[in-house]
Amino acid sequence: MARISVQEAAFDLAAELAGFGEGRADVGAVVTFSGLVRDDGGDLAALEIEHYPAMTARAIEAMADQAEARWHLADCRVIHRYGRLVVGAPIMMVATAARHRAEAFAAAEFLMDYLKSRAPFWKKEIRADGSTWVAAKDSDEDALKRW
Amino acid sequence: MVEVLYFAWVRERIGLAKEHVETSAATVADLVAELAAREDRYAAAFADTSALRVALDQELSEFDAPLAGVREVAFFPPMTGG
Repeated sequence: MARISVQEAAFDLAAELAGFGEGRADVGAVVTFSGLVRDDGGDLAALEIEHYPAMTARAIEAMADQAEARWHLADCRVIHRYGRLVVGAPIMMVATAARHRAEAFAAAEFLMDYLKSRAPFWKKEIRADGSTWVAAKDSDEDALKRW
Repeated sequence: MVEVLYFAWVRERIGLAKEHVETSAATVADLVAELAAREDRYAAAFADTSALRVALDQELSEFDAPLAGVREVAFFPPMTGG
């Protein structure tokens, strides 16, 4: 059963991963991904992430259920933050535990692709001279087709 | 009556996060037409529905979907999570 957290607070990646997938005979692979706030233009002050509280956790649970069934995951953990996040801060993490690494990697990539364009989050870039909503990319939508 | 929610630039353009709407619209597209006819700010937000997404009772849906029995409609731009 996946554990999903949608939260404003920072998370401790090491603490989240301590013991994840360990101590059982059917897990040979753990994959983790974490996404941080990047500044491509050199002038980003922060990201402001808005979400749809009544829908977010449900949407992510549905994605995690699919991933667990398809890649026979032994465990799955997703954390996604919202609110104001400064450059370099962690935004989200995904961890998957499976029998083999191909399954753990595929499940993590599937979850990342779906979180990007099917979880109800919207990013706004905050700069000294104004702020702009991040536009969804066609390539993000295309990424879903491989699944 | 339905609860209508707006997120991201749709919320900013309309100037509201949510409102109760009295409607007998049969589909999402009918509701959009009613809202867009209200005021310029609504017309601007709904000018291009191909740039929008809709969720019905917290599930992603389509603009031609029926509204019968739906309690909450949310309009927003394509999502940018991850």
